Amino acid sequence: MIYFDNSATTKPKKEVVDTFTKVATEYYGNPSSIHSIGLQAEKLLMQSRKQIATLLGVKDHEIIFTSGGTEGNNMVLKGVASQFQGRGKHIITSAIEHPSVSNACEQLKRDGFEITYLPVDKNGRIHVEDVKKAIRPDTILVSVMHINNEVGTIQPIEEIGKLLANYPRILFHVDHVQGAGKIPLAFHDIPIDFATLSSHKFHGLKGTGAIYIRDGVKLDPLLAGGNQERNIRSGTENVAGIVAMAKALRISMEKLDEKVANMQKIIAYLRNELALIDDVEIHTPIEYTAPHILNFSVLGYKAEVLVHAIANHEVYVSTTSACSSKRNEPCKTLLAMGVDEEHASSSIRISLSFDNTMQEAKEAVEAIKTSIEKLKLAMRR
Amino acid sequence: MEKIYVDHAATSPMHPEVIKVMTDLMPKFYGNPSSIHHFGREARHIVDQARTTAAKSIHADFTEIIFTSGGTEADNLALIGTATANENRGKHIITTQIEHHAVLNTCKFLEKNGFEIEYLPVDQYGIVRMEDLKKALRDDTILVSVMFANNEVGSIQPIAEIGQLLKNHPAYFHTDAVQAYGVIPINVQEMGIDMLSVSAHKLNGPKGIGFLYVKNGTKMTPHLYGGEQERKRRAGTENVPAIAGFAKAISESLRTQTEKINRYKQFKARFIEILTEEAIDFRVHGLAEHTLPHVVNISFTGINVEQMLVNLDLEGIAASSGSACTAGSLEPSHVLRAMFGSDSSELYNSIRFSFGFGNSLEQIETVARKTAKIVKRLTNN
Ligand SMILES: Cc1ncc(COP(=O)(O)O)c(C=O)c1O
Ligand SMILES: Cc1ncc(COP(=O)(O)O)c(C=O)c1O
Repeated sequence: MIYFDNSATTKPKKEVVDTFTKVATEYYGNPSSIHSIGLQAEKLLMQSRKQIATLLGVKDHEIIFTSGGTEGNNMVLKGVASQFQGRGKHIITSAIEHPSVSNACEQLKRDGFEITYLPVDKNGRIHVEDVKKAIRPDTILVSVMHINNEVGTIQPIEEIGKLLANYPRILFHVDHVQGAGKIPLAFHDIPIDFATLSSHKFHGLKGTGAIYIRDGVKLDPLLAGGNQERNIRSGTENVAGIVAMAKALRISMEKLDEKVANMQKIIAYLRNELALIDDVEIHTPIEYTAPHILNFSVLGYKAEVLVHAIANHEVYVSTTSACSSKRNEPCKTLLAMGVDEEHASSSIRISLSFDNTMQEAKEAVEAIKTSIEKLKLAMRR
Repeated sequence: MEKIYVDHAATSPMHPEVIKVMTDLMPKFYGNPSSIHHFGREARHIVDQARTTAAKSIHADFTEIIFTSGGTEADNLALIGTATANENRGKHIITTQIEHHAVLNTCKFLEKNGFEIEYLPVDQYGIVRMEDLKKALRDDTILVSVMFANNEVGSIQPIAEIGQLLKNHPAYFHTDAVQAYGVIPINVQEMGIDMLSVSAHKLNGPKGIGFLYVKNGTKMTPHLYGGEQERKRRAGTENVPAIAGFAKAISESLRTQTEKINRYKQFKARFIEILTEEAIDFRVHGLAEHTLPHVVNISFTGINVEQMLVNLDLEGIAASSGSACTAGSLEPSHVLRAMFGSDSSELYNSIRFSFGFGNSLEQIETVARKTAKIVKRLTNN
C-alpha cells in the first residue's frame, strides 16, 4: 500500500497517537478550571504553546489554537474584515487560494467588501508588482497562501512581506497549511501578521490547528463564548489534540533539511519518470516548488477514472484538492495558470510525506504506467 | 491522597472505550473523507455511521446533524447562522439571562450588528417563566434560544412547552443542550426543537467535537466557509477520530442513561443527607425535580467560594464555582445573579458539585464529609 495523498491529509505518527492517548487518559481537566486537575491541563496547554512558538520562532502568546486550517483562515479573514472595516473594505488575495480563503472572501463580498483576486503566471505564481498595483487607500488585508495545495507552487511571501512593510495599515495573512513543518517561514522577519496552520497536514490529528497573530495585532473573534485563548477564540481547548500537535510539529521539523533533500530526490524521480510516459504533461513548475507535490495530466483520461485505476494497485493519489475532488471540476489552480480545460480536468496530484521512500516511488510509477496502458487498451476495444 | 473529581459539568474524563476507538482508528483510517479513493471512502463511512448514531439519539434525521468543533461553535453557528439568514423577516431574538457565554457573547455580537436581543429573567429556581416568553414574543422575533439545562445550577427549562408555544410562531427554536444531553432523554420532534447544540467532552467523549442539530428546512448561513463538507454548512476537514469517539460516547451514554440518572440521584440524596447530618448551614439551589441529576449547586452560609475551592482542592476534591469558562476569573455568576439579585450572599458562597463517570458512592460520601469539615473550619463552629 502506497499513500501518496499527503496534501489531503497525513497518517498521524505513532508518537502523536501515544501522546494523545496519554494526555486524554491522564490529563482530562478543563484548562479554565481553577482546581489542580484543571491547572495540570492548563500547564500542558502552556507548554505546547511554548513548544510550537519556539519551533516557529515566535512568542508564546502569538499562537492561538483552533480546530484546523479552515477555521484559522475564516477567523483571520472575517476577523480582520470586521475589526478594520472602518478603515476600508478592500481585500487582496490570489486566484488560487484554498476554498477556506476564497469562499470566505466571497462571503465578505456579499457583506459589501471588495476583493481583488490576483492572477498567477504559467507557473502558478503571483507577482509582487501585481500586489503593489492592486493596493488602494482602503486596502486592509492581503491574504496569499504559502504553498499552493493543488500544484505546489511556492508564492513570493518574503517579497510581498517586504512590500507590505511600507504599508503599515495593510495586514498580511499567509495560509501556511501546506508549508508548516516542511518549509518554515520567518514570520517575524518577513514580516507576516497572521499565518494559518493545520495539524493533520503534518502527521498530527484532525480537528486541531493554530494561527499565529503578530504581537499587538487585533482581530474580532469568530467564535464568541468563554473567552479562552486571550478572548480571541472561545471553546474548551482540545488539550490532548493540542499537545499531540506540538509533538507532530517537533517531529516534522527534526532533521528537516535532510528530509526535504530526500523528498526532493523522490519528487524529481517521479517527475522525470512520469514525463517519459506518452500523453503525460507535468504541471508543477520546476522552480519555486514545494518538495512534496507533483501535479500532472494524462491527456484523454478523466482524472477520477485514472485515480481509481491506480488505486487498484494500492497506490493512492488524488484528483486536485480533496475538498473539490468530489465535484469532478477542473483544477482551479491549473485554469488560473492558463492550462486548458481538458488538461485541467484530467489532472492528478501526487503528494508525499517525509515517510515515503524511493522504492514506493518506483512502484507507483509502475502502477501508473500499467494503469494508463490498461485504460488505453480498454478504450481501443 | 485519592483525587476525587466532581466537576464533570466543566469537562469529563474520556471513557476508556472512547479512547480505544479513537486510537485504534487513527493509524488505520486516516483518510480525508472528501478523497475519492479507498482511504477517503472508509473515513466517510465512519463519519456517516457516527452521524446516524447522533441523529438517532435525539430522533432526528441523518441529514440534520452538523459536526462542529464543540458546543461553542454549535451555539455560534445556530445563532449567527439563523440570524443572518433571516434578518429580512426581523431582527428580534429572545434568549435568557442564564445562558452559557457561548450564547450570551454571541448575542452581544449580534447586538453590535443591529439585532435586538431580549434576555428573559428566571425565577429563584433558575427557570424561565412561560408568561415572560409569551410577553416577549413579537411578530419580528426570528429566534428563541433557551438552554435545555443550565450548566451552573442545573435548572431544567420548560423546553417542550416552549417548543409547543413556538409551533404557532415563525421564530426558530434553538436550545443549548450541552449539559442536558445524555442525562435527559431528548426527542426533537416531540419537543418542537429546530436547533440543538451538543458537546462531546461533557459526556466522556473527546474535547474539540460537538454537533448542531438543524431541522431540515431551517434557513441558515454557514459560519465557516471553505470546502463542501457537512453539506456545505460547515467547512473543514472532518475530525474523523473525534467524530467516531463522539459516537462511541453517545452510545455508551444512552446505553447507561437510566442507570446513570438513578445513580446520580442517589449520589445527590446521600450528599445532602450527610451535609444535613453534619448540621452545617447550607441551601441547595433549584427544585429537585427540575434539576439535572448530576449537578448540585449549594450555598454554604459564611464561606467564601474561592477559599472553599482552595480548601477542597487541598483535600483532593475538584469542584467548581460554576462555569469553568467564567472560572479562572471568578467573577460573580450571572446565573446566580439572575436568580437571587446582585446583592445576595449566594453570589459569593455557592459551590457546584457535578457527578459523572468513575464516581462511586463512597467518593461522594467522602466529598460530603470533607466539605462539611471544611465549612465548619472556615466558619469556626
Ligand atoms: C492550503 C490549505 N489551506 C487550508 C486547508 C484547510 O485545512 P483544514 O482541512 O484543516 O480545515 C487546506 C486543506 O484542506 C489546505 O490545503
Ligand atoms: C451549557 C453549555 N454550553 C456551551 C458550552 C461550550 O461547549 P464547548 O466547551 O464544547 O465549546 C458549555 C461548556 O463549556 C456549556 O456548559
